[in-house]
Amino acid sequence: MSTAAAERRRGTAAARKPATMAQALTRAMRDAMAEDPSVHVLGEDVGTLGGVFRVTDGLAEEFGPQRCTDTPLAEAGILGSAVGMAMYGLRPVVEMQFDAFAYPAFEQLVSHVSRHRNRTRGTMPLPLTVRIPYGGGIGGVEHHSDSSEAYYLATPGLHVYTPATVEDAYGMLREAIASDDPVVFLEPKRLYWSRSDWNPDAPSAVPPAGRAVVRRPGTSATLLTYGPSVPVCLEAAEAAAEDGVELEVVDLRSLVPFDDATVCESVRRTGRAVVVHESTGFGGPGGEIAARVTERCFHHLEAPVLRVAGFDIPYPPPMLERHHLPGVDRILDAVDRLQWESRWTESGERAAGPGRAEGDGR
Amino acid sequence: MTVLEQRGAYRPAPPPAWQPRKDAAPLLPDASPYRLLGTGAELDPRLLRELYEQLVRGRRYNHQATALTKQGRLAVYPSSVGQEACEVAAALALREQDWLFPSYRDTLSVVARGVDPVHALTLLRGDWHTGYDPYEHRVAPLSTPLATQLPHAVGLAHAARIKGDDVVALAMVGDGGTSEGDFHEALNFAAVWQAPVVFLVQNNGFAISVPLEKQSAAPTLAHKAVGYGMPGRLVDGNDAAAVHEVLQEAVERARAGEGPTLVEAVTYRMEAHTNADDATRYRAEAELAAWREHDPIALLERELTERGELDEEGVRRAKDAAEEMAADLRERMNADPVLDPMSLFTHVYAEQTTQLREQAEQLRAELAAAEADAETTDDGQHGGQQHAQHGGAGRGEGR
Ligand SMILES: Cc1ncc(C[n+]2csc(CCOP(=O)(O)OP(=O)(O)O)c2C)c(N)n1
Ligand SMILES: [Mg+2]
Repeated sequence: MSTAAAERRRGTAAARKPATMAQALTRAMRDAMAEDPSVHVLGEDVGTLGGVFRVTDGLAEEFGPQRCTDTPLAEAGILGSAVGMAMYGLRPVVEMQFDAFAYPAFEQLVSHVSRHRNRTRGTMPLPLTVRIPYGGGIGGVEHHSDSSEAYYLATPGLHVYTPATVEDAYGMLREAIASDDPVVFLEPKRLYWSRSDWNPDAPSAVPPAGRAVVRRPGTSATLLTYGPSVPVCLEAAEAAAEDGVELEVVDLRSLVPFDDATVCESVRRTGRAVVVHESTGFGGPGGEIAARVTERCFHHLEAPVLRVAGFDIPYPPPMLERHHLPGVDRILDAVDRLQWESRWTESGERAAGPGRAEGDGR
Repeated sequence: MTVLEQRGAYRPAPPPAWQPRKDAAPLLPDASPYRLLGTGAELDPRLLRELYEQLVRGRRYNHQATALTKQGRLAVYPSSVGQEACEVAAALALREQDWLFPSYRDTLSVVARGVDPVHALTLLRGDWHTGYDPYEHRVAPLSTPLATQLPHAVGLAHAARIKGDDVVALAMVGDGGTSEGDFHEALNFAAVWQAPVVFLVQNNGFAISVPLEKQSAAPTLAHKAVGYGMPGRLVDGNDAAAVHEVLQEAVERARAGEGPTLVEAVTYRMEAHTNADDATRYRAEAELAAWREHDPIALLERELTERGELDEEGVRRAKDAAEEMAADLRERMNADPVLDPMSLFTHVYAEQTTQLREQAEQLRAELAAAEADAETTDDGQHGGQQHAQHGGAGRGEGR
């Protein structure tokens, strides 16, 4: 394990200002509410309790129960009411308690939220944000660990953002709330407690949400990833570097809009790509991403685009989830399978892969 | 005293701090549908005349719209023949600043609210989904997924109250729609939030082919209100005066901050579900005959005539006005709407994504190729389309 990753695990943040992703998200809502009285937060337990993950902590206290509202337990009702509120000029920020508990709201999301601007020919856009804690890795029992992003990105009219850093959590949530389009804001719940020395009083600017960001430059192959898998990919890249393989890690940040330009720029340079996510491989976002890369970068590719994804199974019990979730080893195995013997596209700039580095002539 | 109590082992006590949260009795609907026409009740003749004229117009609108389906001018039409009293009263019970949330069956209500019928029918014509600006007449877009518009009405009314605006939302739904989860969630939210909303259920006997007894075991649909802690009102949906009064009371009650009301209007769908449906497969002619005797326009006409408020001249005037509307509608619906294919991409997002720009370019190139092809074909030459298409399709992907 790399030092950085080890530090992250141990949380040895002695000298750092302890800002977690959860705190950055809270701060984003707080600042948005302070700036714009039309911003309203609603959801289950978001008021007095501050949310089951405490992401809305203090908002009801500061802005009152009408701006941060504990609703009855009914996800379609929450989102459906938010639609009406948005129709009347408010900017609702809805919290779905967990990924799998957002499903009752699916009809509202698909049949109304996503297409309202379109079906009203631009006269009635819906500026609302749906925050959804998603993904596994926190030992949650059944229905608390789904990666539901594929459903959302397959629905035209929605934006789908997912931050992987504390800085992005703040910046991208602000952008989502300010957006005149509906945004499904997927919060990697296992990164809620990740830290950085981010300063809440002077939040660093981040690129706009539609832009992918290279988290770690590399020359051998590109790891295309997002949300909870970003730190895993960085760890994999760290490990690969010890073997002389320089992996580039691209954090997609937003699945819709999708930043083809940054992704393709990276893949054309490295010639190899692996998509990494927790969501199932079959029908998951990786298939779309691999297809896009292949369509656009075919002549630059030295190997098929591979996917490292969750298995095609219902989310497993927490005692088995470590076998299901893409980990460093599975990512490095995929990197090994990137046909390093292939040299049909000669490029002097391309670094050697494991095959060449070890000189075993594979 | 029971044996256990005698031994002192059992002390009956209510659960701690328990008390009923509300008296249920005042929330209960009447035992039978509330009626006004023919009861000798005092009624405003001006309102009756207005209702009458609008009902006659509404019936004609229904017939004209169904005729337009036969002429291929409407893709589909869910008729509200027999339900005109509800459709019209819903619109008239609202004030200017209020909002109407209609379903697919309620275009007549939309028209009665002031929307141009051509614009109200845009969706059913196969043109873009909403033909009017919802903010212009405060009419939400027609909603097809059953009951999903109800939480919208709650949210809008709630938002208006937060902003301190005097706005009531009236949301319409069918008897079948009351089985949907969104119906339940909307009523519950409205009651908890005391939102200024009125829910109008038009119980027209059927959800497509499914009769009410397969839909609900409730004593009446209005009784459902009680479980949410709001009043339920049961009204004769073919008695325009009664529907109007009950709705207006509910609207003004909401306006006064007294919360939501559920109104069940008992009516009947006189025509098939839509022009594409065959109602003879699931209902008997005898049932229809009974309802024909309880026609909303006939009921109102009799009342007005008996009161000396309507003569042959008045009937003719109402019919003429309806004919004029129908002729205008027919004429304007007979023109082919011109839809710009490029409008497919214009309102998906506030800002077009790179991907949609690329796809728009692709379509633009296809259209240009088709046009060029049409031109060369006119010149007696062929084969232009393939070539132009290959040359023109968008390739860029820059940000
Ligand atoms: C969620 C949903 N399920 C099914 C349908 C298909 N559908 C359209 S109308 C209808 C019957 C609705 O009956 P009711 O609520 O009584 O209204 P009515 O048509 O009688 O006005 C059905 C099943 C739909 N539009 N939406
Ligand atoms: Mg019905």
